[in-house]
Amino acid sequence: MKKNNSLLLSAPYILFMIVFTLIPLGVVGYYALTDVDTGRFTWENVQNLVLYLPAFWRSILYSLISSLICLLIGYPVAYFIAHRGPVMQKFLYMLVMLPMCMSFLLRTLAWVGLLQDTGIINNLLDSIGLARLPLIRTPAAVILGMVYNYLPYMILPLYAIIVKIDNRLIEAAEDLGCTPAQTFVKVVLPLSMPGILSGMTMVFVPAVSTFYISQKLGSTDVVLIGDIIERFFKQGNNANMGAALSLLLMILVFVCTGIINRFGGTDEEGAVIV
Amino acid sequence: MKKILSLTLAALLVLSLFSGCSVNDGRITINVYNWGQYISEGDDGCIDVIAEFEKAYPNIRVNYVTFDSNETMYTKMSNGGITVDVIIPSDYMVGRLIEEDMLLPLNFENIPNFEYVDARWKNPDYDPENLYSIPYSWGTVGIIYNSKYVDEADVTGWELLWNEKYADKILMFDNSRDAFGITQCLLGYSLNTTDPAELEACAEKLKEQKPVVQQYIMDQVFDLMENEEAWIAPYYAGDYLTMSDENEALEFYLPEGQGFNRFVDAMCIPKCAQEKEAAELFINFLCDPEIAGGNMDWICYSTPISAAKEFMDPEVVESEISYPSDEVLDRGTGYLALPVETTRLMEELFMAVRNGL
Repeated sequence: MKKNNSLLLSAPYILFMIVFTLIPLGVVGYYALTDVDTGRFTWENVQNLVLYLPAFWRSILYSLISSLICLLIGYPVAYFIAHRGPVMQKFLYMLVMLPMCMSFLLRTLAWVGLLQDTGIINNLLDSIGLARLPLIRTPAAVILGMVYNYLPYMILPLYAIIVKIDNRLIEAAEDLGCTPAQTFVKVVLPLSMPGILSGMTMVFVPAVSTFYISQKLGSTDVVLIGDIIERFFKQGNNANMGAALSLLLMILVFVCTGIINRFGGTDEEGAVIV
Repeated sequence: MKKILSLTLAALLVLSLFSGCSVNDGRITINVYNWGQYISEGDDGCIDVIAEFEKAYPNIRVNYVTFDSNETMYTKMSNGGITVDVIIPSDYMVGRLIEEDMLLPLNFENIPNFEYVDARWKNPDYDPENLYSIPYSWGTVGIIYNSKYVDEADVTGWELLWNEKYADKILMFDNSRDAFGITQCLLGYSLNTTDPAELEACAEKLKEQKPVVQQYIMDQVFDLMENEEAWIAPYYAGDYLTMSDENEALEFYLPEGQGFNRFVDAMCIPKCAQEKEAAELFINFLCDPEIAGGNMDWICYSTPISAAKEFMDPEVVESEISYPSDEVLDRGTGYLALPVETTRLMEELFMAVRNGL
């Protein structure tokens, strides 16, 4: 009886999953394995994926670098927030969330306005007599865009985990003679591992499939896989190839997040929020 | 099977796209799908064409949506499931849509203003019997450059777009037909070539250009050129006039001794239209000389309706750039609809250039 009830309660979600996740996934798979003209079964799209491997590696490299930078910036921030008073915590938490209230596209465009050759930063440099810098259309600008846009996704899960770390454990470590560095490495860091892993995943997954940042902030030869997929759907009139690329991207994302999560092993906490 | 899938998907998409038109106030809604920045909407003291139309026909509501290239529009249309009543694609795309049986023949009884269209623009190559389309505007494709930064000596032909001296300051079309068109002019091929070897050569030329290209763009050209973020861009003559209002250092030229594209954008009614008669009224309204004149005053493209000129800013009417002499115009070539294989090859090659293959 009880089992039936829970089934009934979860029905809306299951239905939602079927309609908006499973069926579309099936459609993507169907498109990936059919020919663009005849609609017949073909391996051609899958075979052509090889051509796009460099773009895949580039996307993975860029988003891994971005996730690591996010971690380096985000961890101290999350730690700092978690160790404030309750009111301050709420306030700082809100500050982290605040940029997310604005459209992602606008935030990226704002960086274009800052970084471009005739942008705010370069105009400022120029007005105080310094030379203009080539800031935009560099790999660094793309990474900056990714870090800026996805940093909150790193800070929030980290904060959620760090704030729950029992302070007595830290005290105990100190009582037992740990230096602050040892306490951090042996106690705090292992305990915040689930936060690190879900933060890494939450930054890596959207970053690897991003298509707008690289178009706006990157040069014409920084082509990421998201750009290619977008182009196949929007201009190329070849949804089938786009679907094949999306499918491979999905598989790669699963593999990568699997690898990231493997680092944490299957410890008793294991509570990776994703 | 494929059809059902795409239909369900498209239905979902359309629901989100045109969710605004379910407002039921007794008015019928026509969906107009046009290029961005391509109708006067009441800025700079110009007329608001859509508002005027809705005033003249209070029972019709216009839902106006824009696209940024013929190819984007075609992709959306061919995916099906979309309801559009009026589209304004370019010549070659009109030809392609006719060939693929995606347009409805117009009922000219509802479009009496067709008589104002100049004979030169009637019965064009892309629609020889003039059954499906009515020209909206025409123009040429040339190079816009900033005279502050670009040395006059370099201003010769299409080569300027390959000049390494201006690396990272050059923009390029983000649509296959215009990008290939420029390369075809440069290499001396026909703008309507179907020879795969020539197209491959064009693609090589575009790959060669890529390192000096700052961005591949369409409507973003306005900001980039006006703010001097970029110095050189191929674009449509009418848009040059809009830009030069904002930045006086901008100049325009049609390369000497080389070809260029002369284009017409034409109003059509696609098969998926639901309000054909209202759509025809809208087209007719746009052909009214006074409306056409006011509209062209803002978009700065050239009108195929000479009668409209008396309602326009005389400065625009006399501009060599908007209305080049017949001698210059004859140097230009119009795009024709290409065979499917050619279009496909061109799109694939362009994608390969853009995707860095």
